[in-house]
Amino acid sequence: MTGKDISARSLGLAGCEACGLVSRLLAAADGRHCPRCGEHLHFRRPASIERCWALVVAALILYLPANLLPVLSTYTPFGAHTGTIMQGVIELWSPSSWPLAIVVFVASVTIPLGKLMALAYLLLTVQRGSVKSSRQRVRLYRMVKFIGRWSMLDVFVVTFVVALVQLKPLMWAEPGGGVIFFAGVVVLTMFAVNSFDPRLIWDLPQKDHDGRE
Amino acid sequence: MKWVKSSFPLADSCEDKSLSRHPAESARGAYDASLLACPDCDLLQRLPPLPVGAMASCPRCQARLWRHKPDSLERTLALAIAAAILLLIANSVPMLGLSAAGQEASTTVIGGVLAMWQDGRQEVAMLVLLTALIAPALEIGSLLMVTLAVRWRPTPRWVGILLRGYEIFREWSMIEIMLLGVLVALIKIAELATVIPGLAIFVLGTLVFLLAAMAAVFDPRDAWARIDWVADRNPPPPPQGSP
Repeated sequence: MTGKDISARSLGLAGCEACGLVSRLLAAADGRHCPRCGEHLHFRRPASIERCWALVVAALILYLPANLLPVLSTYTPFGAHTGTIMQGVIELWSPSSWPLAIVVFVASVTIPLGKLMALAYLLLTVQRGSVKSSRQRVRLYRMVKFIGRWSMLDVFVVTFVVALVQLKPLMWAEPGGGVIFFAGVVVLTMFAVNSFDPRLIWDLPQKDHDGRE
Repeated sequence: MKWVKSSFPLADSCEDKSLSRHPAESARGAYDASLLACPDCDLLQRLPPLPVGAMASCPRCQARLWRHKPDSLERTLALAIAAAILLLIANSVPMLGLSAAGQEASTTVIGGVLAMWQDGRQEVAMLVLLTALIAPALEIGSLLMVTLAVRWRPTPRWVGILLRGYEIFREWSMIEIMLLGVLVALIKIAELATVIPGLAIFVLGTLVFLLAAMAAVFDPRDAWARIDWVADRNPPPPPQGSP
């Protein structure tokens, strides 16, 4: 971009993340709060990279049991059946309901993994001080933030199958141990996305700062 | 819809208009309500005057900065009242029914939470309760109170806390995802027994659209501009042509 792009931080200004008011961030204690709404002011979200990495790694660890452990057991007159998320997708695959199988597969397997990979990519490029394809990277961030919530889908599926199929002793359903890990992945990745500060994508390496601070 | 790039000639004149010369300057800090820092890239800019319905986007990263929405707070209030009523109905009538070999069962959103709780998955039960019931209720409730409270002048400061909460509640409110989850559950169960879709499914379906409309017509900048400041000083008069 042109050299005329001025970031708020280079002038010692910070936009409030709650109400959007731009004010000067002072070293004094009461200069660190937004004069309009009282929110704590900062140039960039505190410890953004460290927190985001920690949450990404934790989510990645939970991702394994979430996909390997069973999430749903059903007991019917035809026998007991226990399945993982992937087995649930395969069972849903039929001539009439295959579109839903694709939706569940994307929401439960692709989105969480894609989200972790996207965040790792953003974190690595920010740490390297990359200045390339900033627009694409901020778009990637916005997409991850928008789409990420949909991985909750399978938690709801299991919940309502279990709630409804309660005709003991004829047939009933129980949640498996994988559900907790899966819910953990969803929650941790949502926190990870929120702890990443997209403004870091645009920050130039320190030596190129125009020194106006 | 008209799209307007928001960069007012800030880059050329920013030294003259720097905050040190702003009348709002005081020993405790300085601010400029006509400036805007892009939340996604920190680019400093001024919002151009926008015709109704037009949207300003960041010239550097294309983030949507502000859209001039007509009668934002009144429309939000109307939609929030409707959404609150639908949420009440959706949680008091059955959502799904099932019958197999002469036995019948039905469940609601709360029923799903209770089933998870009783099966020993309390953490998941609480997450479902939060995302399917508490967060949507707070999302609607906070906007309802904000749009009612801004009618007082000056608007009290606690409205700002609700506005901050609203952004969080909205993120954790997942009614649309739950509805898709119910649909998938329905198809899974249909192999085992006869499934009867309940009234709540259709109410929730309507609620999803109402919530989307509510978020679309609500303009937080409009609400923030009316709220009393935490710092003890009067906000500067709004510059011409700026929201």
